[in-house]
Amino acid sequence: MNQFLRNLTPSQQVAALFLFVFGILAIASISAFLASFRQRDHDEAWQAELKDLRQLLRTSWFMAILFWIAWIMGPAVATTLFALTSFFALREFITLSPTRRGDHRSLVLAFFVVLPIQFWLVATRRFDLFTVFIPVYVFFALPLASALAGDTQRFLERNAKLQWGVVVCIYGASHVPALMLLDFRNYEGKGAFLVFFLVFVVQACMLVQHLLTRRLRRPASIPQISASFNWYTWALGMVLGSFVGGLLSFITPFKAGQAVAMAFVACAAGSMGHLVMKALKRDRGVTAWGARGMSVTGANGLLDRVDALCFAAPIFFHSARWYFGV
Amino acid sequence: MLAKLMGLFLLNLVRLLTGAQARWYGCPPKAEQRIYFANHQSHGDIVMIWAALPEELRAITRPIAAKDYWTRTPLKQWITTAVFNAVYVDRERKGDEDPLQPLSDALASGDSLILFPEGTRGNAEEPQPFKAGLYNLALRFPNVVLVPAWIANIQRVMPKGEVVPVPILCSVTFGAPIRLEPGEERRQFLDRARQAVIALRDI
Repeated sequence: MNQFLRNLTPSQQVAALFLFVFGILAIASISAFLASFRQRDHDEAWQAELKDLRQLLRTSWFMAILFWIAWIMGPAVATTLFALTSFFALREFITLSPTRRGDHRSLVLAFFVVLPIQFWLVATRRFDLFTVFIPVYVFFALPLASALAGDTQRFLERNAKLQWGVVVCIYGASHVPALMLLDFRNYEGKGAFLVFFLVFVVQACMLVQHLLTRRLRRPASIPQISASFNWYTWALGMVLGSFVGGLLSFITPFKAGQAVAMAFVACAAGSMGHLVMKALKRDRGVTAWGARGMSVTGANGLLDRVDALCFAAPIFFHSARWYFGV
Repeated sequence: MLAKLMGLFLLNLVRLLTGAQARWYGCPPKAEQRIYFANHQSHGDIVMIWAALPEELRAITRPIAAKDYWTRTPLKQWITTAVFNAVYVDRERKGDEDPLQPLSDALASGDSLILFPEGTRGNAEEPQPFKAGLYNLALRFPNVVLVPAWIANIQRVMPKGEVVPVPILCSVTFGAPIRLEPGEERRQFLDRARQAVIALRDI
């Protein structure tokens, strides 16, 4: 079996991988569907759990299909697709972080100049420039645009919000397609595996953490931020996420130990990033960006789905480049 | 043909920038003769409500446009006429002409209307006091259903004086219809209508 897989071309290997993922998702979805017919234990907690599971499955389907489309259409389309994701995520972020009239020009800059340039830098593989473009150049340009508008009220706060949105939604998201273009030796054409590795370990960590929290019913460690987060289940999620990373080392350019370490880094960044975004949402007085929280905005919660990834991607990307010298 | 393409372009532009989400609370989208009346904060308001309506209703619903502004250039006139099929209304009264006549004609021929009773765009959170037009139309056409609507967030997309819109999610909330009670006074009715619009803000 292993020999058979090794003899396939890289693109056949990736195809097999997607077949595998879609198979697992299909089984999970069918089981969830069948579970909804079960008559006993129709208490509220059980219903809520099933609903959560459905939500999670929907997210996973969404991600898997997104990556599949990105992969079959090639890097240019993949980058465009992530640029669109980034655009919609930033739109949600800005909707819930009220801006003033004086921010208008900075917003135009962020959406229509910074975002396209950042993804263009990714698509053209200007790695050294794209990792510093936002933190160095944009971070000076945005407050300047705000200052030129002449509105001093809450100046620092407004700029902090906008820059934070740019970091999470543009900078973070742009690192996902960038992973596909990293040049590891003897790893040509398999960049999609690296993205898959990142997404899979982060999702696995979050999923385990989520399910264990429900099962073990531990008290929340930081109740002000999250009603469910606690350090014990987080640690278990981290262990399992890293372990899964180790198991998947055969699809990455890493050795087993390195894969565990990289998965650990990705899981830590992803889960902690998710927590940070929760704090942000609490600050805005909502529990989710999407319809469940505050439907008047018309947001559909895209940012809830990609936030962990937006945090994990840049850190994963940088550690890979730094440690492996690619 | 060109107008249709322009309409499609504007529709998609609005969806891309604002999501153009319609929320129907209090009444379903329905092909009966209606006057939608809403808060007015931006040029995008007309397009927002227009885009939020289902396609079947879009064809029979005509927005009101201020004649002095929207006929100033050929492009503005073409967009309001060919794409939106707007009803022009004079903002300043000339002689003894009835400024509501074009609206009455449109209602008499069976069309629905999109009306901004404030008369002009505002910058404040709450809409300005409503002008009498809505009352007079309700009096003349008692069978037309009056649907209040609240347009959220659109002033952030393109504030007065800016030309480039930014993407921010907006929604239009349609509420339960109101009606002119027998013997109700003008000011009282207009305030009630305004409250009905404001009440939709927090749903």
